Amino acid sequence: MKWHEKMLNIDRRWIYLILGVAVIVPAVVSFHVPVNVTPEVRRVYDFIEDLKPGDIFYVGIDYDPASLAELHPMAYAILDQCFRKDIKPVVATLSQFGAGMAEQVLSEVAAEYGKESGIDYCYLGYKPYPAITIMLMGVDFRVPFPQDYYGTPIDSIPMMRYVHNFDDLKGVISLSAGTSSEFWIIYGYGRYFMPLALGVTGVMAADYYPYLQSGQIFGLISGIKGAAEYEALTEYKGEGLKSIPYQTTTHVVILAFIIVSNIGYFASRRSKK
Amino acid sequence: MRRQIPLYIVLVCGIVFVIQFFIPSHESEFIFEYGQDWVMVIGILALPLGIWSYLRKTWLTAVKKPKERFFAGVSLFGFAIMMLTGLKRESLMAGSLYMELFEYVLIPIQATIFSLLAFYIASAAYRAFRARSVIATMLLGTAFIVMLRLIPLGPISDVNQALVGWILSVPNMAAKRGLLIGIGLGAIATCIKIILGIERTYLGRD
Repeated sequence: MKWHEKMLNIDRRWIYLILGVAVIVPAVVSFHVPVNVTPEVRRVYDFIEDLKPGDIFYVGIDYDPASLAELHPMAYAILDQCFRKDIKPVVATLSQFGAGMAEQVLSEVAAEYGKESGIDYCYLGYKPYPAITIMLMGVDFRVPFPQDYYGTPIDSIPMMRYVHNFDDLKGVISLSAGTSSEFWIIYGYGRYFMPLALGVTGVMAADYYPYLQSGQIFGLISGIKGAAEYEALTEYKGEGLKSIPYQTTTHVVILAFIIVSNIGYFASRRSKK
Repeated sequence: MRRQIPLYIVLVCGIVFVIQFFIPSHESEFIFEYGQDWVMVIGILALPLGIWSYLRKTWLTAVKKPKERFFAGVSLFGFAIMMLTGLKRESLMAGSLYMELFEYVLIPIQATIFSLLAFYIASAAYRAFRARSVIATMLLGTAFIVMLRLIPLGPISDVNQALVGWILSVPNMAAKRGLLIGIGLGAIATCIKIILGIERTYLGRD
């Protein structure tokens, strides 16, 4: 087998092994990767930063554990920013596996700031049928969520006493790894004109740029890089910035394999001529 | 008759809810809420059916296929344990067995399975991203530029970032917008066909 044929036919197990090593390297040798903040991420940060203490902001934890690595750091950084500025987040999840994760992130960040459930934040829990739940929240939060996650009736929660529907919120951010972000655009913005931002996984990001340009969403945080950008803005020490070296090394390896493959391809074509 | 009644229900509900969407009034809102309640009721009624179907299929697999008996057993055990530990409201609180199982079993399993994608993507990128034609070269070049944004390139980083921004918000958006308009028009046409009873595949083969 000629050298260029070898370059074209690398066994996949070698690819897996080298990628595995690339994933391990940043864990052994720590290094810093600078992060450029994109305008769509900055707009989300500025929007929350401009809210006044006491304002109500909705945070949707609409993802499942498969996307936790990319979206959980966003949730931590956004809730940290809300609590730091005394903004009161209303948190709910439209993902069936999201309830436990939302409880985890909310209770952790709230504990850091000594915030109390029902006074400084409200966790509504999970409801199925995202489209219907969003539309019903637009009518009254009490219809889809008569009680919060912990079983307290909504009317008994001090923070929610004067919060009835989207008119009482300043904005919404949905951190989503599925179709619920589209439901938020169609119903949350389309029907109720809620100022809406999205946090999505890296592979989903390209799908949402049209909504950004049309103004249907005011900001977009995409993937772990977006989470790292947000952490850089909020100065929150989370998993986003820590994950960037891992992404960098794996991308370097993937790009190197693409280059090797194309060198082999062109050399092979030339030798055939 | 078995086919006609559902068709009439779809026709009436479809027309009522299309009209309702464009009439902002209390009466219209009442109809909307009432309709949504019905959707939830139907969904809840479908849940026991789904559980029964899952249990029956897994049980039959365990009985008929000895090679898959172990996996069917694990599946049934997982179902039983999560259901039993999650019955009480207190199980939703941090520290309960249900939440511990969720946090230390389900989350790592799902995250691990998803992480394996990186290995498949690396292998697929090595085989697929070859400059075989003009279009393949354009795809390769675009993918290369977009992936480069995650790598620090010193002063070139800003230029690359701007280029990625342009790719995402001009050619990507043009293609996406065309697709979305097409999908939207297709969805409207399909909805009209369903409401008018022309499209009946949702009723099944019977």
